[in-house]
Amino acid sequence: MTDRRTTIKWMLAAAAAMPLLNQRTGAEEVTASLVAPNGYGSDPHLTKPYHPGDVWPLTLSPAQRRTAGALCNVILPGDERSPGAESVGVVDFIDEWVSAPYPRQVADQPIVLEGLAWMDAEALLRFEKYFAELDDLRRHAICDDICYEPKAEAKFARAAKFFTRYRDLTVGGFYSTPAGHRDLGYIGNVALPSFDGPPPELLRKLGLGPGTS
Amino acid sequence: MTPAAKQQQYDVIVVGSGAAGGQTAYTLCMEGAKVLMLEAGRNYVPEQETPMFQTPDQAPLRGVATPEKDFGFYDATVDGGWTVPGEPYVQSTEDPHGRFAWWRSRMLGGRTNHWGRISLRNGPYDFKPHRRDGLGMDWPISYEDVAPYYDKVERLIGVYGTSEGLENTPNSPEGCLLPPPSPLVSDYLVQQRAGRLGIPIVAGHRAVLTRQLDFKRSPALLHPGNLKAQRIIAAHMQQRAACFWATDCGRGCSIRANYQSTTVHLPPALATGNLHIVTDAMVSQVMLGRNGLATGVKYIDKTSGSERVAAARVVVLAASACETVRILLNSKSPQFPEGLANSSGKVGRYLMDTVGSSVSGQVPLLESLPPLNEDGASGHAFYAPWWLYQDQQKGKMDFARGYHIEFGGGRRMPGFGTLHGLESLIHGSYGKKLKDDARRYYGSFVGFDGRGEMIPNENSYCEIDPKVKDRWGIPVLRFHWQWSDHETRQAAHMQKTFAGIIEAMGGRVMGAVKTDGAEAISPGGFIIHEVGGAMMGENRQTSVTNEWCQTWDVKNLFLNDGAVFVSNADKNPTLTIMALAWRASDHIARLMRRKEL
Repeated sequence: MTDRRTTIKWMLAAAAAMPLLNQRTGAEEVTASLVAPNGYGSDPHLTKPYHPGDVWPLTLSPAQRRTAGALCNVILPGDERSPGAESVGVVDFIDEWVSAPYPRQVADQPIVLEGLAWMDAEALLRFEKYFAELDDLRRHAICDDICYEPKAEAKFARAAKFFTRYRDLTVGGFYSTPAGHRDLGYIGNVALPSFDGPPPELLRKLGLGPGTS
Repeated sequence: MTPAAKQQQYDVIVVGSGAAGGQTAYTLCMEGAKVLMLEAGRNYVPEQETPMFQTPDQAPLRGVATPEKDFGFYDATVDGGWTVPGEPYVQSTEDPHGRFAWWRSRMLGGRTNHWGRISLRNGPYDFKPHRRDGLGMDWPISYEDVAPYYDKVERLIGVYGTSEGLENTPNSPEGCLLPPPSPLVSDYLVQQRAGRLGIPIVAGHRAVLTRQLDFKRSPALLHPGNLKAQRIIAAHMQQRAACFWATDCGRGCSIRANYQSTTVHLPPALATGNLHIVTDAMVSQVMLGRNGLATGVKYIDKTSGSERVAAARVVVLAASACETVRILLNSKSPQFPEGLANSSGKVGRYLMDTVGSSVSGQVPLLESLPPLNEDGASGHAFYAPWWLYQDQQKGKMDFARGYHIEFGGGRRMPGFGTLHGLESLIHGSYGKKLKDDARRYYGSFVGFDGRGEMIPNENSYCEIDPKVKDRWGIPVLRFHWQWSDHETRQAAHMQKTFAGIIEAMGGRVMGAVKTDGAEAISPGGFIIHEVGGAMMGENRQTSVTNEWCQTWDVKNLFLNDGAVFVSNADKNPTLTIMALAWRASDHIARLMRRKEL
C-alpha cells in the first residue's frame, strides 16, 4: 500500500507530464485539417436540444468530475438568487468542453486536466484531503492563492493561469443557462406584440433620451 | 436535375440564390421569363430549420463558434464559413497582412440567411469617387440611375430607418422605409455623448419588418401594369409577419420578419410558376457557342458527382463576387484563353472588402440597471453615418474615404462569453463576490465597429491557382491582398474615435487602443463585404461589364452580383447588390422582349 506522500508525488508527476502529452496532440489538431472527425459537422441539426455527450463522448473520470464540481461551486456558489454552478450542469458542460475535438477546446484540455490534478494535490499536501472533501474555509485558502494572476506568488503562477481559465468556463457555462439568465435579470427571448424601449422614468433618471444633450 | 426539368426550355440560367440571384430570379420571373436557378449548396427551409428560441445551453459547447460553425452553433449558415470541406482556396503569401479570408455559404439563399441586414444606400459621391478625390475609379452610373431601384428594393424587402438629409446619405422617398425600432438605453447614451463630439447618431437601416409591409400600395409601385406580379407579391407580403422582438436575426427568421432570399425573394418567384431551382448544383463553367454567345453552364450534381449541362438564352452569374470570377476564369476557350469575358484582363482584379476595426468599453452609468427586455430588433437601432466629408475635402484628414459606426450594447441574451474578459474589473473575484460582480457588470458594455471604404488597388486580386483543385475537380482561387495607407489610417482613426466616445460616456476602454492602423484593421475578407473582381465601366478595355452588368465580350452573359462594384463605399453592399441586380434584370427582360437576346 502506498503512503500518502507517495500518492501526492505521483499525482504531481502526472500533472506535470500531462501538458506535454496533450500539447503535442493540441498542436497536431490546430495545424491539421479543420474538419474535426468527431465534431457535429458543417450541417448539424439546429433545432433539437443537445446534451453534453450527445455528439462526442465525455472523458472526465469520476474523480476529475468530483473536483471539477467542487471548484465550480466555489466559483459560483448557490445563493438566494440562483443555485450553485454544479447543479445546473456546468460540470457536464466543462466535461463536454475538454472532450471536444475543436482546436480551442483541445488547447484548453491540458490546462484544465492539469489544474484539476493540481487542486487535489495541493489539497492533499495542505490538508490531507481531496479538494472536494474540504470545507469552504479550506477551499478558499487554496483558491485565494491562485484567483488573481497579477498577485499570485511565482510558485502559483501556473495554477493561477488555470484558475482564470476555469473561472471563465464556469461563468460561461453558468450564465448561459436559464438559471443564469434569471440571476442576471435577463427577461428577453419572448415574443412581444410591440417593443417600446426603456421606460421614460428610467431614461429621465439617467438623464438620457430625446431632447437631452 | 429531374427529367422534366431537363426537357424544359429556359430563358435564363441564374447561378446563385443569394441577394443577387434571388433578386434576379424574382424580377425575371415576375416579368414572365422561365428561369433555372442553380445553387451549389443544399435546399434550406428557414420556416422549419431556424432555431428561434433555443438558449445556449441547448447547443453543443453553449453554442460557441467552432471551425465547423464559425459564427456560433445557431448561426443560420450551414455548409459554409471561412472553410468549406473539400473546397479549399489558396493564399499567395504567408504574410497575415497579405491574406484574404473567403466566407462562403453553400446553402439556398447563400449569405443572406445570416447577414447583419444593414441596408444603406450608396450616396452620390460613392458612384463618382474618382471625380471627387482623384483616387480609384468612377462607376458608369450615378446615384440617380440607381435611386429608383433602391426605392423598389426597400419597398419589396422591408427596410427600417429614417431620412435625415445628411451629406452623401440619401433620403428615401416617403413610404419606402419602415419606422425604426426603439433604441436601447445604451443607444441613447451613445447618441448623447457622441453628439457632444459632433458625431451624428441617427436611426439605423436594416432589413427587418418593424411592421407589416404595405401590401395595398406597394405592389402597384413595384410592378406597374403587371397585375399577376402585383397579386403574387401582395399575397407574399401578407405572409411575412412583423418582428416579434426576440431571437437573433443571425439565426435566420422562421416568421420571415427579416430579409433572407429564401423567405423574401424566392417564394414569390416560385409562385409565378416560372422558376425552377436545382440545389447541390456546383457550376464549374459557362459554355460558349461558336457564335460567341453563352449557351449555358456545366455543373456538378453534388449528390451523384456527375457532370451536367444546362442551356438557356441568357446566363446570369450571381454566385458571389469571387465565385463569379472563378467561374469566368475557369471558362476557357480558344476565343477566351484567359477566361470568359476577360479580353480586358480585368477579371479577378480590384477585389475589395470593407475596412473594419472594433473597440469596446465598459460604462458605469449602465451598471446594475433594472431588468429590461432589450432584445429589440437584434441591435442597430442607431448608427453614425460618416460625418467628416468636408474635412476630407479640405485636405484635413490623412485618409481619403469615410466610415460609418455600428454600435451595440444592452441586456442581450447572456451567452458563453458575455461575462468574460472582466479581469481588470473584478480583480480575481470568485464566490459570492463574483455573482455580485456579474449582476453589476452585465449589460454595461458597449461595442463599436467601424465599417469603412476600401479603395480598389492593383495588389488585391484573385486568380486561378495552377495546381489546386477542389473535391469536384474544379480549379480553385488564389488570393492576393494589400491594404493601402488610406485604409490602415482610417482604421487607426476608428480606434481613436471609439475610445473618445467611450470616454465621453464616462466609460473605460476594454483592452488596448490600437494606434498602429496595420494592427487595428481586420484582415482582408473578415467583414464579408467581398465585392469587385469584374468591374462595370465605360469601355471594354478597362472593365468587364457595361452599366447593365452585361459583359462586353459576351452579350448574353450578365454578372449580377457584387463582382461589378467599382468602389466599395462604407455602406454595406447588399442593398446595392439587389438594386443593381433588379436594374440589370429589367434590362435583360427589355432586351428579351426586343428579341435582342
